[in-house]
Amino acid sequence: MSVQTSSATSRAAAAAPARPVRRGAPWTPYAFLAPYLLLFVVFVAVPAVFGLWISLHNWDYLIDNSPFVGLENYTRLFDRDSLAAGDFWQSMRATGIFTLYSVPPLVAIPLAVAVLLNRSFRGRTFFRAVFFAPYVLGIAVIGVLFGFILDPNIGLLNDYLGRLGIARNIPWTTSVPEAWISLVSVTVWWTLGFNAVIYLAGLQDIPRELYEAASVDGANSWQRFWHITLPGLRRVLVFVITITVLASANMFGQSYLITHGGPGSETRVAIMFIAEEGLGNFRMGSAAAMSYVLMFFLVVLATGMFAMFRRWED
Amino acid sequence: MATTVATPTSAPAVPPARRRRPLGRSVGFYAGMVVLAVVFLAPLVWMLSTSLKTASDATDLPLTWIPENPTTEAYSTILQAGSDTPVLRWFLNSMVAATAHAVLVVATAAPAAYAMARMQFRFKRSILAAIISTLFIPNIIFLTPTFLIVDRLGWIDTLIALIVPGAAGAFGVFFLRQLFLAVPVELEEAAYLDGANRFVVFTRIVLPLSKPALATLAVLSFLSNWNEFLWPVYVIFTRTRETLPPGLATLQGAFTQNYPVVMAGAVIASVPVLILYVLAQRHIIEGVSQTGVKG
Repeated sequence: MSVQTSSATSRAAAAAPARPVRRGAPWTPYAFLAPYLLLFVVFVAVPAVFGLWISLHNWDYLIDNSPFVGLENYTRLFDRDSLAAGDFWQSMRATGIFTLYSVPPLVAIPLAVAVLLNRSFRGRTFFRAVFFAPYVLGIAVIGVLFGFILDPNIGLLNDYLGRLGIARNIPWTTSVPEAWISLVSVTVWWTLGFNAVIYLAGLQDIPRELYEAASVDGANSWQRFWHITLPGLRRVLVFVITITVLASANMFGQSYLITHGGPGSETRVAIMFIAEEGLGNFRMGSAAAMSYVLMFFLVVLATGMFAMFRRWED
Repeated sequence: MATTVATPTSAPAVPPARRRRPLGRSVGFYAGMVVLAVVFLAPLVWMLSTSLKTASDATDLPLTWIPENPTTEAYSTILQAGSDTPVLRWFLNSMVAATAHAVLVVATAAPAAYAMARMQFRFKRSILAAIISTLFIPNIIFLTPTFLIVDRLGWIDTLIALIVPGAAGAFGVFFLRQLFLAVPVELEEAAYLDGANRFVVFTRIVLPLSKPALATLAVLSFLSNWNEFLWPVYVIFTRTRETLPPGLATLQGAFTQNYPVVMAGAVIASVPVLILYVLAQRHIIEGVSQTGVKG
């Protein structure tokens, strides 16, 4: 199927230069665009700017007026004595830890699975479908299911570990670092198929002849992976790393449902804290400022990553 | 990866992956695949199995995979549960919201994407750039302001809040534009020569040719709306207006000691998407891999 994908890509590339000709009335394009643009303006463009505006006010949903406070919502976050600042940076730290721990396995394990799936064998489509299946279930299902499986007292995992005599009562959800191991593992289980399917499409675009030539030259499978597969996947790899970093930095449901942010607030990630601040406590100015600070860090991270990737391309 | 044992003579004729492997390696490979498949399916089997147990069996150690006293008690508890955990109502809400959302996404994204793919107009490049650039803005930025806008529109605590704002995402336009660009332009040219206008060409030629892509977008939109968790947690306050994902969190809080009930809720939330997945597996996986490659 991914072979079709690649031919569709090349056809798209071939069709693109054929310049669109104007047909019909001058307003025709706008009529086609109007319904979507209306949604886009109201729910994307306006909020993006409105958010900045909110962050400059002491915007409380529960009080009538929202006085302008300038950058106070931002400077408060850098005030050592402020309670909210401490909680916010604690949540940013939690997001950082989760991103750091989750991205390497989420990049590497799906790649290994994709390489295995790229061989042609009986049942290939079946296995691919099985590995992708958890992803179509939402985080709510995954969250309550693993909250149960990982329960330290009556969970399936500890029951088995105990019966096998390996360990007893490991606090999978109530202690760190165990809680991080749980959150990362569940996330790998949930989204492995997504990244694997993207890799798989990339693998199909690597010419078979390269592998044949390498085999003739006596390269072993590890050498072929290192010198053909990896360089051939460079762009796909950059894409997967980028979306994985973004997804991990936006993690919410796993913490909310499996560890409830605990123990204490160790696994209360930034998204969880900001959502609670803005829509739970209705301190919207403060929450908006926090979300821009989070975005600032993501932009810095992305810029750094792209600089690294560019060096790698050369 | 284990295909190294090459017989050089056959190499040019047969693609390497199809070359015959020694039986031992083949068995090892399949054994690995099966183990991996078990890892992926076991938690789902556990969910189903627990939902068919009595509350005490579900937590009696040692745990069993097959319910000792199989019962649909958990499901009838759910069906009889009062207004605190109206799971059936949540199911209906989810169904309505996800379906309406998918329809709205396709109905608005398709004409917009077609204009972006085939028409010329002022500010086209800027509009396209603005739409695509929002793919890279983290969602949290939109959370508070969108809440206030939805509130101003009077949509807080209604299903409309779950249906409409999400349809503004750039994904649909981005996805369909790529596919419309791939439709051969000659067919459309021929129709214009026959005197058809833009609207006729779009509805009679382009849309029918793009049915698989439209179906893929509809299915992906349905899934993402069905699974949406954070937004409904905060915009819906009334229990009877919740959808299944925030409902499961509610269920988890209401039945802390009754795991079969929570797992039954999870099964009910999973069944429709798993059916959809079995039916449209190719569409879903292709959709994901295409956007991956083209992203």
